[in-house]
Amino acid sequence: MADKSYSEIAYDGLWGNNVTFVQILGLCPTLAVTNSLINGLGMGLATALVLASSNTLISAVRHVIRPDVRIPVYVLVIASLVTIIDLLMNAYLPALHKSLGIFIPLIVVNCTVIGRAEAFASKNSVGRSFADGLTMGIGFTLALVLLGGMRELIGSGTLFAHSEMLFGAGAKDFTITVFHHYQGLLLAILPPGAFLGLGLLIALKHFIDAKVASRRVSVEEPAGSEATAAG
Amino acid sequence: MLVKKMMLSATLLGLFAMVGTGLVAITYDNAKGRIAQNQEESLQQSLRALVPATRYNNDFSHDHIEVHDRPLLGTGDPVIVYRARKDGKPVAVVIESVAPDGYGGPIVLLVGINYDGTIAGVRVVSEQETPGLGTNIEPDRTHWIFSFDGRSLHNPQLDKWKVKKDGGIFDQFTGATITPRAVVKAVRNTLLYYQQHRDALFAAKVPEKTAVKHEDAKHGG
Repeated sequence: MADKSYSEIAYDGLWGNNVTFVQILGLCPTLAVTNSLINGLGMGLATALVLASSNTLISAVRHVIRPDVRIPVYVLVIASLVTIIDLLMNAYLPALHKSLGIFIPLIVVNCTVIGRAEAFASKNSVGRSFADGLTMGIGFTLALVLLGGMRELIGSGTLFAHSEMLFGAGAKDFTITVFHHYQGLLLAILPPGAFLGLGLLIALKHFIDAKVASRRVSVEEPAGSEATAAG
Repeated sequence: MLVKKMMLSATLLGLFAMVGTGLVAITYDNAKGRIAQNQEESLQQSLRALVPATRYNNDFSHDHIEVHDRPLLGTGDPVIVYRARKDGKPVAVVIESVAPDGYGGPIVLLVGINYDGTIAGVRVVSEQETPGLGTNIEPDRTHWIFSFDGRSLHNPQLDKWKVKKDGGIFDQFTGATITPRAVVKAVRNTLLYYQQHRDALFAAKVPEKTAVKHEDAKHGG
């Protein structure tokens, strides 16, 4: 297997193999916390941190781990890592921990983390694995921010509400009230709204991919060159 | 051969478990002091929001007892009562009571009651209500929770301690009646409990275990 270049890793993490829209992994935290943009952002950033560190650690010990016990070892590494991050945040960033605290234990059960450990970090160098974890995490964050923002906008007519939970008291007036005197569409904030929103966003991604593909074909056809398989 | 392989794998797994657990233990040991301090600060902050620091001069957050009253305090578990005093005279209590019948499960409240039986303030400690509807009881979303301030069992009369929909005086939210109804009932019941036990609440001694801890804290400070 040829090693992926860093730009390929970044493209896959952010778009081509996006955790939420393509791999459709980690749905439990995705659907549960995205009733506002800020919640999505917080969960996304915490997951990205864990993904980048667990990928790096597992890649570093990949020659020591025996194949028959690799999954329990991944579980051990990820669970220890998440617990340590949880404790450190509780001790040194109490305000952030208060708002994200409930999400952090959820990261342990996010199958994305163990999925990347198995599919990528166990076979690639430390640098590449770190890049993969980081970009996968950022792609996940972007997806959660999009979904959370969409649901918050439709559900309550605001964006960035309760920013102070993430950015401290100074961020209290970050809230943008898009629709004034808006009653809110409750469906968007309730769990069914998460499924509907995710479905719409996945459809949108497919639509964009199809548009890009058809444009590429129509541009390249007149020249007579064969479309190179990008996907 | 197979046994040797199994032993090797098991040893490896054991090593990882030991290193992982060890790191978690070391982190916990280093962090636990800070965590306890943060929790203490956050508790004091919420207590001071109900009873301002100028009104008492005792060790408010440590002067607490545990009481039981399932029908009135909403939980079979021990309920913590914090007592504020000035120069030894009772000023107010803060009772951590529970509204057991919230829409998404029990709602934990801090109910501050002045010595004369008026409400100093109510805050929500934890809830799992519907986002955007029941969560309007949180003070950072609406001012609803402040509508209890200054009320007592005579203001309004006991039979008016209900949401408007049930013939009382407290607002409900559009589309959410169950949450405010549960909170109003819990605050009313807490007031009833206080009325029945006021003097006993202030007279009760801090339990032995906490008293020792309290001494330690003083030495440490």
